[in-house]
Amino acid sequence: MIAMSPWLVLAGLGVFHGLNPAMGWLFAVALGLHRRSRKTVFLSVIPIAIGHAISIAVVAFLAVLLGLIIDQRVLEIIAGVVLLAWAVYFATYGHRHRVRVGMTTGMTGLGLWSFLMATAHGAGLMLVPVVIPLCLSNSPAKELTAAGSLPIALAAIGTHMAAMLAVILLVAIAVYDWFGLAFLRRGWINFDAIWIAALAITGIVLIV
Amino acid sequence: MATWQPDPSFYPSPRMAAKAPAEKLAYVAAFDPDRKKPDAIAVVDVDPKSPSYSRIVGQVDMPNAGDELHHFGWNACSSCLCPNAPHPHMERRYLVVPGLRSSRLHIIDTKPDPRNPMIVKVIEPEEIAEKAGYSRLHTIHCGPEGIYVNALGNAEGKAPGGIFLLDPESFNVLGQWEMDRGPQKLAYDFWWHLGHDTMITSEWGTPDTFEDGLVPEILLGSKYGRRLHFWDLHKRKHLQEIDFGEEHQLVFELRPAHDPTKAYGFVGCVISLKDLSASIWTWYRDGNKWAVKKIIEIPAEPADASLLPPVLQGFQAVAPLVTDIDLSMDDRFLYVSCWGTGDMIQYDVSDPFHPKETGRVRIGGIVSRATHPKASNRALNGGPQMVEISRDGKRVYFTNSLYRAIDPQFYPDGIDGWMVKLDVGDNGGITFDENFFVDWPKGHRPHQVRLEGGDCSSDSYCYP
Repeated sequence: MIAMSPWLVLAGLGVFHGLNPAMGWLFAVALGLHRRSRKTVFLSVIPIAIGHAISIAVVAFLAVLLGLIIDQRVLEIIAGVVLLAWAVYFATYGHRHRVRVGMTTGMTGLGLWSFLMATAHGAGLMLVPVVIPLCLSNSPAKELTAAGSLPIALAAIGTHMAAMLAVILLVAIAVYDWFGLAFLRRGWINFDAIWIAALAITGIVLIV
Repeated sequence: MATWQPDPSFYPSPRMAAKAPAEKLAYVAAFDPDRKKPDAIAVVDVDPKSPSYSRIVGQVDMPNAGDELHHFGWNACSSCLCPNAPHPHMERRYLVVPGLRSSRLHIIDTKPDPRNPMIVKVIEPEEIAEKAGYSRLHTIHCGPEGIYVNALGNAEGKAPGGIFLLDPESFNVLGQWEMDRGPQKLAYDFWWHLGHDTMITSEWGTPDTFEDGLVPEILLGSKYGRRLHFWDLHKRKHLQEIDFGEEHQLVFELRPAHDPTKAYGFVGCVISLKDLSASIWTWYRDGNKWAVKKIIEIPAEPADASLLPPVLQGFQAVAPLVTDIDLSMDDRFLYVSCWGTGDMIQYDVSDPFHPKETGRVRIGGIVSRATHPKASNRALNGGPQMVEISRDGKRVYFTNSLYRAIDPQFYPDGIDGWMVKLDVGDNGGITFDENFFVDWPKGHRPHQVRLEGGDCSSDSYCYP
């Protein structure tokens, strides 16, 4: 992962997040089916992507902000521990959330839902190991600076969001127009398990 | 407990669920009316190819006596596939079985051997009273936030009754569901429109008004339940109350359309104080409110007073007593149990405001005591009661006991339990399966039926 271009990793994680039915493409399809409107599918993916991006931005900015005050190595260890803790939390209580948004939701509700889903899943945390060195490597003194980090962090989130948006749009339209939902019965593999593994591996990579 | 793929019995839509394979086993709640020996969940073989077809092939006894098993449900179902709260990597495996009288909750594992389920957890009434503030547990539904259990009384056995949540994995009691219950006090049944974020609840009475049987003064004073309540399913807030009026008493079983895009459903009203008739009502969306309309009225049948139980003698008529209804997966056929007259009626409700009767059979009944082809011409007592439909809509099962304290009010000489099955024609029409008659073992009476893999009142869907 370290050897790969961090931008590619960010995009790759965007693809991974986008593929997960729990991150929104399925909701977009459902809303389209309910309102018998292909346009709804197209429109729904926008607030879903925005809500996801905001959740990630909050985590990224917190990490960068923390990086301004503390040593990068300490930051990595803290982030690693948080990731591991999140993996344990998600494995234990991941299913136990209030359901706040339902099928009659508007676009704002959908954005809020996506924000809550991404946050609860620790989507932003998964990006921390990529975002920190990215912000670091572009600063000449090899240190995090507020002015230097902001545009890079934004670009990082933008890259992730673009990849995620492209995937959820593609999958949502493909399912809405061609495949239908029957494949969910067997084809919906346990993304949560993969997700927990991804959180844990990211945490370990950071600490070691 | 997490699986790699969703449980094969979860279906995204009712259309897909209607293509599910035929059930081979039925689980039936059976209780001892004398509350002396433990109640049980019986396993009935419903596979016509099996040598033990139409026989009880297994049974799990409760650890205590006097629970009064009544309704029950599954830990997980098709709503796990919902896009807003997805958690599909679970198994439909555990039956959640409450005691209506004891308020004790049993978790029964059907997986190791579906014919010999085992109790894996018992939640005592004290824990439920402490954590959720409720007692007299009634209906179970698996849904977006876990397992929903409704209760007819609060911790002290008084009003309000309501709903609490149970964790679908650990089975811990999570607490009261309602955040703002508005004017709602009485409880009976509940279900929802997942596509419209709406919960609906109905009404019976407080436990002190029914645990010794129906109280005539309360009934004739129209003091039992007669309202529907509509709630925001996710804000858990009461939105609207609809009063059916003084004439109508006991608004019971709720059957919302399975198609989540449809905003209507059916509810049965047991009795009219005006003429003892029973009625079916459709609730529907009217502008930005919910409304109801009576769509079916089933009249009482005149009868010789000498053939009637004391409670009906003065009226010289048999009340139909519609105590359960069930809607087929395609929202086309509504089955209506007339526990008093002994009729099971099938209506085509494709147009939910203009039902057409498409089939009728009679078995048991207060006066008719109609027999069954496999009951060797014996007069049968009790009448069609808890009814369940297979997912493909081709088979209908029902049993004959209503409620321990009410059975003797209408069938004073006792009820001998039975379970029967109907075959459904492609375009409606119902006939008895002449090879299916479970002559229930003495000492227990059968109540709700749940079919292996799900049935028409166990699952709700998020996709049309």
